[in-house]
Amino acid sequence: MEKIHGSDQILLHHVLSKTSDEQKHITEEKISMLRRQTVSKPIIYIGSTTSSLVAGSKKTLKIVEEYRQEMNVDLEIIEVGSLGLCSLEPIMDVQLPGRCRVSFQEVTGDMVATILDGVLNNFLPSEFALAQYRNPLHQPWLNVPFFDDLPFFKHQHRLLLEKCGLINPESIEDYIAWGGYKAFANVISNYTHEEVCDAIDKSGLRGRGGGGFPTGIKWKATLSIAANQKYFICNADESDPGAFMERVLMESDPHLIIEGIAIAAYAVGANKAIIYTRNRYALTVIRLEKAIQQAYDLGLLGFNIFDSGFNLDISIRKGPGAYVCGEETALIKSIEGKRGMPNYKPPFPSAKGLHGKPTVVNNVETIANVPHIINKGFEWFNAIGTKQSKGTKLFSVSGKVNRVCLLEVPLGTPLSKLVELAGGVPEGQKLKAVQIGGPSGECIIPEDLQTPIDFESFKTKGLAMGAGGVIVYDDTVCIIDMVKYFMNFIKHESCGKCIPCREGSQRMLDILNAISSRPANSDGHGSLERFKGVILLESIAEVMRDTSLCGLGQTASNPLISALNHFKNEFEEHIFERKCVAGVCRNLRIYYIDVEKCTGCAACAKRCPTNAIIGTPRSPYFVVEEKCIGCGVCEEVCKFSSVFFK
Amino acid sequence: MEFSIEVNNRKIQARKGDTILETLTQNGIKIPRLCSVKSLSPTGACRICVVEVEGMKNLVASCSYPVSEGMVIHTHSPRVLKARKVLVELLLSNHPDDCLYCERNGNCELQDLSYELNVRERRITGVKSKLKLDLSGPCIVRDSSKCILCGRCVRVCDEIQSVSTFEFINRGSKTRIGTSMNRDLNFSNCIGCGQCILTCPTKALHEQSSLDRLQTELYNNKQQKVIQLDPAIMASIGEEFGVKPGKEIEGKLVASLRKIGFNYVFSTSFAADMVLMECAAELKQRMETKENLPLISSFCPAWVKYAEQFYPELLPHLSKVKSPALMLGSITKSYFANTIGVKQADILSVVATPCLARKFESQRIEMTRNGISDVDIVLTTRELAHLIRIYGIDLQNIEPLLPDLPFRTSSSSGKLYANAGGFTEGVLRTLYYQTTGKEIPTTKIGELRSISGIKEYEQKIGKEQVKVVVSNGLTNINSLAKAIREGKLDAHFVEIVACQGGCVNGGGQPIGLSVKDKKMHAKSIYDIDDTEIMKAAHKNALLKDVYDKFSEVVGKKNVDILLYTRYTKRDVLR
Repeated sequence: MEKIHGSDQILLHHVLSKTSDEQKHITEEKISMLRRQTVSKPIIYIGSTTSSLVAGSKKTLKIVEEYRQEMNVDLEIIEVGSLGLCSLEPIMDVQLPGRCRVSFQEVTGDMVATILDGVLNNFLPSEFALAQYRNPLHQPWLNVPFFDDLPFFKHQHRLLLEKCGLINPESIEDYIAWGGYKAFANVISNYTHEEVCDAIDKSGLRGRGGGGFPTGIKWKATLSIAANQKYFICNADESDPGAFMERVLMESDPHLIIEGIAIAAYAVGANKAIIYTRNRYALTVIRLEKAIQQAYDLGLLGFNIFDSGFNLDISIRKGPGAYVCGEETALIKSIEGKRGMPNYKPPFPSAKGLHGKPTVVNNVETIANVPHIINKGFEWFNAIGTKQSKGTKLFSVSGKVNRVCLLEVPLGTPLSKLVELAGGVPEGQKLKAVQIGGPSGECIIPEDLQTPIDFESFKTKGLAMGAGGVIVYDDTVCIIDMVKYFMNFIKHESCGKCIPCREGSQRMLDILNAISSRPANSDGHGSLERFKGVILLESIAEVMRDTSLCGLGQTASNPLISALNHFKNEFEEHIFERKCVAGVCRNLRIYYIDVEKCTGCAACAKRCPTNAIIGTPRSPYFVVEEKCIGCGVCEEVCKFSSVFFK
Repeated sequence: MEFSIEVNNRKIQARKGDTILETLTQNGIKIPRLCSVKSLSPTGACRICVVEVEGMKNLVASCSYPVSEGMVIHTHSPRVLKARKVLVELLLSNHPDDCLYCERNGNCELQDLSYELNVRERRITGVKSKLKLDLSGPCIVRDSSKCILCGRCVRVCDEIQSVSTFEFINRGSKTRIGTSMNRDLNFSNCIGCGQCILTCPTKALHEQSSLDRLQTELYNNKQQKVIQLDPAIMASIGEEFGVKPGKEIEGKLVASLRKIGFNYVFSTSFAADMVLMECAAELKQRMETKENLPLISSFCPAWVKYAEQFYPELLPHLSKVKSPALMLGSITKSYFANTIGVKQADILSVVATPCLARKFESQRIEMTRNGISDVDIVLTTRELAHLIRIYGIDLQNIEPLLPDLPFRTSSSSGKLYANAGGFTEGVLRTLYYQTTGKEIPTTKIGELRSISGIKEYEQKIGKEQVKVVVSNGLTNINSLAKAIREGKLDAHFVEIVACQGGCVNGGGQPIGLSVKDKKMHAKSIYDIDDTEIMKAAHKNALLKDVYDKFSEVVGKKNVDILLYTRYTKRDVLR
């Protein structure tokens, strides 16, 4: 610690709560500066996480920089994380000296000049403004709501997301100014390993990866095993379709994860920690790498941290991006450099994990809870959530909603609340189902949406919570198409080791494809065959659940089973009437030509791959139903929109 | 620690640390399985061995789940039976099912399983696999469309043979077994030992068959057709015909092969005696000069390829002497051809051997002279049995005949090399005689007849304490080879065989032999040694005769090229 001087030393003393009286003033000033309570020049904050990059934040940033040069104004530009309002991105905040920090939504490149011209001259273009941050020291803007008044934020319990979008994720100083690393410093100087495990155990924290296993018990199991080397692995390989919570969290507040890992590693007695993410998450990796380096530089990681005798090295392992590597044994194999295939359990990783040593694998969200629990005490954490499911949970809501977003609510919140916060389904559409938990989750019909989201309620209803990806479907979605999507995903992502998962997923997909396509020659037995297929589906699904080696295969049939239970009529329509109400299943479409509109140009007949369209030029054409394969080429080429399907 | 568990409403005793499958098997309850093999680590991949354990949500794979006290297990509940049946149906859904044309028809674990589980209807239909047939390997053919991905070949190649040619590639329903970079087998580091064939439950792996070619060649009257019989064949071929292993089967085989149309039937053991003599002389010479010690045996072609690929630094240590089969091949096409007055090209030299890697060895450039291979065709035990079946010969009742002169008789040392450690015994016997002029006091060396992976023994010969090491299989090869490379192994002679137990367990032997069968085969070779009077190579009178005339018949300058070979570093994909 002697090597660290100047402002870093002040910060370190702050972290360790060792600030001396003469330093107190400087420290407070420094913290206030870092929290940007008083600023000397305008600050522009630009949300830059993967979700905003997709929306074009990089361009916005570039144009802001150009604006600064062109106009020769003294501006500070800071990249921040994400607020969770993914569909309103890119989000740009402006903080003028003495004024409240105000956010603008959907700031594409061409809007930058307009907004900045206004704001910098104390005129707020309120039509672009989203909200402002409440701060008693600052003068608020008129006609702009405060963030905490927005229903989206009001009904959330933002614990993990507290600092997301607020602080600079690439600055350890920002994190420390907002109270960061205090929990780690506290733990390492005042707690024994057992006490940390105890605190987490008492808090009732449960794994957020989907299984809901009590984290404290997991840690204690590993702590109790004597070994010369233990490992702590943070599973950051989030890859459920429709789940992006952890990725946003890591990109917005990476130090929270690093601190959580440091505490967890200390608790289980591991001095090597590995973050397993994937190569494709480029920004995540960059932010985490920076955060780790900054923590090393400050002496928060490395050898003999704070003279406690505890050593910790954190490294990042970039996986190749296989869904199955989220399974802990496959993840461990992947870290070992082997093919990521799950292994049988027991032995569990807590006894025999990475390189045969006791290993704890926790996912990002679980770890992110840890510093908060240490800081505020397990009693505080106990008060959030339900009787058996404590704390908050992150959800990413996507699909047919008005606002694709990331939110955090206490466990026990009904599912309908999530849909509501996400702005509901688009106007004119009806909510059809909500899929929670990705490819291993069930779809929940609107009648069941009042189910509180907690481990127990879900268990009693036979549902799986999964990691927290919520996908909303309205009635433009064909349920068979949805099931097919997930089955195709499993078919592709199965590791291929065990028969039920490898062969079962392929065969189930085959049957689903058969259901959603028209047989070329219908001899009257087609429906029967397809009906037999459904019975077979149930049989394969049951065996797959019963016998698969890992969670991937065991839960792979969940979307299908729940769809079969709730939407039997839709299956029947597909099978017997060969009709897809939502009009999604292309192969079931039969095209017709509107006699009124058709001019007889023969464009469709020329392009039809099966010669199903016949007629004479300059008089209306018509489609031979038996020949039509529903490819839709005719609809595409028709200039008079006379082709339609039923 | 013992405790009791309940299985199918019956209490049985279980030991802590055992898997459910082990406990059930010990108690006589048969559980079907595919991927689990006793000698390999469990993977829990096929899920056929699932059982129902009360209190568990899902079925449990018994091969990998440890027993615990108070477990209540149902091994044949309707749920279990249904699961097993559906699993087999799933496997069959894209299987080519051309059983009638399949080499493994009647000896296929998938076929047996579907019969046992009473799969009687094609409920699940999938697209039949049509994958590339990999015919590129000199020894092994891979038919991926028949592969059920049990992973046994992957594990046997990695865990037992330390080669790791195979690994799972791709994922999901496109998962396959592939070689490095998914190239063909001839680019891979496959050593051709064929242990994967023995463990494969279906015909996904089988040998490169030479039967068709042989049948055509047998009708070529211009050629003198010569076949040599490996001693290990005698131990195992009886399995295929219900004849006891041992000495008598050799005569029956000789008689059958003559009937089939071979002009001469020789015994490879004769050449083995010759190899032992040369090898003992080489060892004696190296011990005198102290160069390139230890001398490493080179009669196992799979090990030779292994060394060329992975440990080229060890090649100077390898014995220069050819392997028995190729030695006999070369002297057949030179010495023997000259004796009976035919040209080298007019001899068809066939080797019947349990060794699959011989197929590769026979194609080596070092094993040809004037562009003509010393050995034209290599038949495995399985192919030989098939040949006898094709020609409709009743092996049980045929009148035995003796092999042909001049390569007829051999000492029992010449037969012992079929077992791991046997070659070393033979070398020691002859070396003792060559050094001291006396016979070795104890012929039977128990240490070299054990089944351990590395066998060590010291024998005082003259003034020197000769230390020998035998690597029984390639499982421990890496530590041994590294020790030799770094000069840390203080031994004079090292015998390395690629297959565990030696040639009797070679990759060309009948498939599906039990551990008991294998033990019996090894014993039958030792039994020959115990009863034989002529125990050492140097006592073989016929061999002496051949040696006396050899340089005269083949020409002095040709002796070296006929008896010795050389090795080259091999670059392969790993």
